[in-house]
Amino acid sequence: MAWKNADVVVIGGGVQGCASAYNLAKLGVKKVILIEKNSICSGSTGRCGAGIRAQWGTEMNCRFGLACLDIFENLEEELGMSVGLNQGGYLMVAYKESEFDQLKANIKLQNSLGIRSGVVTREEAYTICPGLSADDALGFTFHQRDGHADPFLTTFAYMEAAKRLGVEFLKFTEVTAIKVEKGRVKTVVTDKGEIDTAVVLNTAGGFFQDVAAMVDLELPIHSENHDIMVTEPVEPGVCPPMLMSFSGNYYLQQRPDGTIVGGCSPIGHPMDSDLRSRFAFLEHMSSVFTKLLPRAKDIRIVRQWAGLYNMSPDCQPILGEAEHVKGFFLSGAYSGHGFMFAPITGKLMAQLITRGNTDMPIHMLHYRRFAEGKLIIEPAVV
Amino acid sequence: MAGICIDKTKLDDDDVVVCRCKEVTLKEIREWIDRGYDTFDELKRLTGVGMGACQGRGCRDIIMKEIARRTGKSFDEIGTGTFRPPVKPVKLGTLTAANKEDPWEGKVVSH
Repeated sequence: MAWKNADVVVIGGGVQGCASAYNLAKLGVKKVILIEKNSICSGSTGRCGAGIRAQWGTEMNCRFGLACLDIFENLEEELGMSVGLNQGGYLMVAYKESEFDQLKANIKLQNSLGIRSGVVTREEAYTICPGLSADDALGFTFHQRDGHADPFLTTFAYMEAAKRLGVEFLKFTEVTAIKVEKGRVKTVVTDKGEIDTAVVLNTAGGFFQDVAAMVDLELPIHSENHDIMVTEPVEPGVCPPMLMSFSGNYYLQQRPDGTIVGGCSPIGHPMDSDLRSRFAFLEHMSSVFTKLLPRAKDIRIVRQWAGLYNMSPDCQPILGEAEHVKGFFLSGAYSGHGFMFAPITGKLMAQLITRGNTDMPIHMLHYRRFAEGKLIIEPAVV
Repeated sequence: MAGICIDKTKLDDDDVVVCRCKEVTLKEIREWIDRGYDTFDELKRLTGVGMGACQGRGCRDIIMKEIARRTGKSFDEIGTGTFRPPVKPVKLGTLTAANKEDPWEGKVVSH
């Protein structure tokens, strides 16, 4: 006898899981159970850089980014709780000719899709970000509607709204196996008991591939450790936009509470799931901070941490249903962009599960693209 | 001259500020615990307690006691939440000056 029954079991209590659970319930799914092995928002979502943007280099991501901004701008009203939205813009910084050319091409694409981004001069960049020193940069682009939201509040807001619609949340509950019968999902086995269900949605973030492996699905993805740190709160205006550079390998932004958050990518793809803090990162990132914001040298760092990027071969997510197991749905491998895309992908996955199609095309994000060699080349990833 | 006398019977527990960094009151903490945010880490994510300049030195014990009181769980079961470096706030300039052998220096980050 099963411990519980569900129409859909969502595995993973990050923003993707909570947004998907909310949208499933909103589309009328009666019994949704979300399982989280730790506490809600304890994984990659709660550790992320929090940026949201529409400045992308492929049409697909521009459309996703724009759709997310539309949702984020109305999310507090929709969910009944603040999500900490702060649209200070993204100021992209290019240090190489080829990089600036690419950013300019991206702007052209973005403008054609209704994104009002543009190239800005150094003087304009210094007005947008008064503390900035980037005399070695070649060019800048800016989009005011970009910025960030609070990953914790956004996830909890989705959870609270989902709870009101009847979604059950099981925290400190770990999935240990998934039983498949005649090519269909049958039961989710947890350390607390078994849950019978015909549909599973894998939103396990940094553990996405481990959950996929439970139905013998081997995905060519891995998790890697990305470091990040935050300063004490200081007066606003030090760095209002998200400063970001692909070649400079950094992102940093001051939040409304006055703290400045910043991080960078590790060198290469280390396949490193070790989340312990590294002192070398603190030293390196401090140098990046003080070079970009020279007046910040007396601001103190209060905390560093790390989170997992779940990386796919083309740094684009995997969305869709497993080919060999009916009812096993995937939403992961966001490669560092899971938080910013959650408002739209949570919605699209709920549509795919409940009605078999989606408002925006996602077929190109199925994992079969890796075997078919149809990778999505997005030039705007850090 | 007599000192200022506070009538403690008139001081409502709910108004006590448990986190001075983020100005969170005991009342807020109690309400969130009762709504299911019954670990220090979840309260931290929701209200910011433990994330300010003091990194939880002022509030952690008080909040853990409150969780224990309201859930009937022991300290062991509740868990302290995660402690993260640096132990004390450090100036960016100090760390910059210490940055002698930067593993990132001159490296191209492929993505």
